Amino acid sequence: MAEKPGPRSSGGRWADARYMLHLFRQNPIVLAGGVISVGSVLIALLSPLIVSSSYWNQIFPSSSLCWNNPIIDWHIANAFNCGGSVYPLGTDLYGRGLLQMIVVAIPVDLLIAFEVVASALIIGTVFGGVAAYLGGVVDEIILRVTDIFLAVPGILLAIVLLVVLGRTIPVLTAAVLITWWPFYVRLARAQVLSEKEKLYVERLRSSGAGGTRILFRHIIPNTIYPLLIQGTLDIGSVILTVSALMFIGLTPDPKYPELGNLAKQGIQYIFTAPWLIIFPGVTLLIISVGFNLLGDGIRDVFDPRLRR
Amino acid sequence: MKARQSEAEAVLEISDLKVTFHTYAGDVKALNGVDLSVRKGEVLGLVGESGCGKSVTSLAVAGLLPPNAELVGGKILLGGADLLHISKEDLRKKRLTELAMVFQDPMTYLNPVLTVGSQIMEIITQEPRVFLPALVGNRIAEIDATGKNDGELAEEKQKLLEISKAGRAGRRDVERLARAYVVSVLRSVRLPLPEKILQMFPFELSGGMRQRVMIAMALVRKPRVLLADEMTTALDVTVQAQILQLLRELRNEIDASIVLITHDLAVVAEVCDRVAVMYAGNIVEVADVEELFVNPLHPYTRGLLGSIPRVDSASPQQTSIGGSVPNLIFPPPGCRFNPRCPKAFERCPLTKPNLIETKPGHFVACFLYGE
Repeated sequence: MAEKPGPRSSGGRWADARYMLHLFRQNPIVLAGGVISVGSVLIALLSPLIVSSSYWNQIFPSSSLCWNNPIIDWHIANAFNCGGSVYPLGTDLYGRGLLQMIVVAIPVDLLIAFEVVASALIIGTVFGGVAAYLGGVVDEIILRVTDIFLAVPGILLAIVLLVVLGRTIPVLTAAVLITWWPFYVRLARAQVLSEKEKLYVERLRSSGAGGTRILFRHIIPNTIYPLLIQGTLDIGSVILTVSALMFIGLTPDPKYPELGNLAKQGIQYIFTAPWLIIFPGVTLLIISVGFNLLGDGIRDVFDPRLRR
Repeated sequence: MKARQSEAEAVLEISDLKVTFHTYAGDVKALNGVDLSVRKGEVLGLVGESGCGKSVTSLAVAGLLPPNAELVGGKILLGGADLLHISKEDLRKKRLTELAMVFQDPMTYLNPVLTVGSQIMEIITQEPRVFLPALVGNRIAEIDATGKNDGELAEEKQKLLEISKAGRAGRRDVERLARAYVVSVLRSVRLPLPEKILQMFPFELSGGMRQRVMIAMALVRKPRVLLADEMTTALDVTVQAQILQLLRELRNEIDASIVLITHDLAVVAEVCDRVAVMYAGNIVEVADVEELFVNPLHPYTRGLLGSIPRVDSASPQQTSIGGSVPNLIFPPPGCRFNPRCPKAFERCPLTKPNLIETKPGHFVACFLYGE
């Protein structure tokens, strides 16, 4: 048992990092979360190499003709194929391989999720930090604005925006972000509120440091971990929300490769071609569970109180 | 009547400082007209029991009073300017260069996520212009100390002289000079391997090292006044002794006045030149340290000195001051010590005694003396 690394065993930051890794590896659930998240990101990054990103749109007829042409009359040769060596997960109603579609869909979902979470993190940290640090009227105004956004049901707000502004991916991202940022503002505000009473802040003020420097250079790095954990946990939730919106039909294009949209196309053929809903659904489940487990794990690894 | 306290030049002069805290229970009259002057180059001890207003005084000087505190009146003169009536920006500059604080607990006063080096360096890099003379002077002194005056070093010296003439320097020059300067300051507080310590995080240092870092943070600013608020309280006794030793050595090296706030009379006896005794928001006695220990005048000072346990004393019994600290929401009228004072007489509860000089340099606020 001489090899067990401890947080204070040899000192130094490398030892500390190694200890974190050790904690990470010790917990199989967290490890699974890490593998799934990293794996899905890898798939997303490598997807242009695996499948051409225009694959989803390659098959005749173009989507604009869909309105007038019932799919029944399309007579596409390999529609609704059920598995095989060429199409491992079968094909959909447009005759596209489902596996390829899922590979193309993962980066779409992940990109939206990362964009939403990163923007929410930045907005939340800045506004929440400023609200907490300045207090008074500024705090009141920022909090009441978040209240307004929180008072409207999130999905409803997103639907309205998508319907009014058009069903495009940027609008979808913005719509989800608008329902998401208030939570981060509140979280960051709570963190900064407790951190700004710490004594090192008083020392900084005594040494003539300005407010901006104190807040952004000293307080926020001390409060960022809970926000990062929340962000990791939220990647899964954002993916679910986005695919839910797609699932109820708010897609740029019925053929658009997005896991929720794939599932939505699949649900119409749940009895004739069940793989069309099962595989996109399972992929969604795995990815969102993976990020949740990872978030949980990061919380355990970074929490100094659990490090005795 | 204002007592004339200073013969030598006073760097920091507090007169009639009154601070009130507005609390739910009522107004706490924490400072009730504090008069104190700190002379150039001296170490002044400010002693008193918990809650007597030592820390409030230092916070008021540093402009760090909590929001529910109100400065009712008084003056704080630092280098000729009244800190209570200058603009926020001027106050910030003053804090940066003329006034430095060393705090009680070195762990909580350092930011845990930044390296020691970046925390000290940022004091300099936030206002490079202010510190430029010190930076250049330090590097030139280093070059001179090598004794060589040729080749690269001479070139560098020439460049430094140009920088100091221009009054500004590029970012990289500032960083390089600042690093050398900080290293020299860390060396002056007797920290081993200063270059390595710059790269370390606060949690990697011991309590004594952290306190040395805190002192270094104060010293890099070359302050006129160093306020040390209970700086040895959070350390254990051996480290305390080392820090006090450091302080004694530093007082000859730096030309700052030090105000040492403490409740530990032993610490005062170790390092201070003069002592001011506080009780319930007033300065009750000011004297040179030997004079105060040999010949205490105020009944409170006597009680305080009498209550120190002594190994060489014949009687095992310590004396104590009867009664308890007054509630400062309803402070006793007149002299605030009168309810506990063994020598109180009819005049005491009527008016507040002023500091009077009984001997040269020995001031006491008590009706038993003078007049």
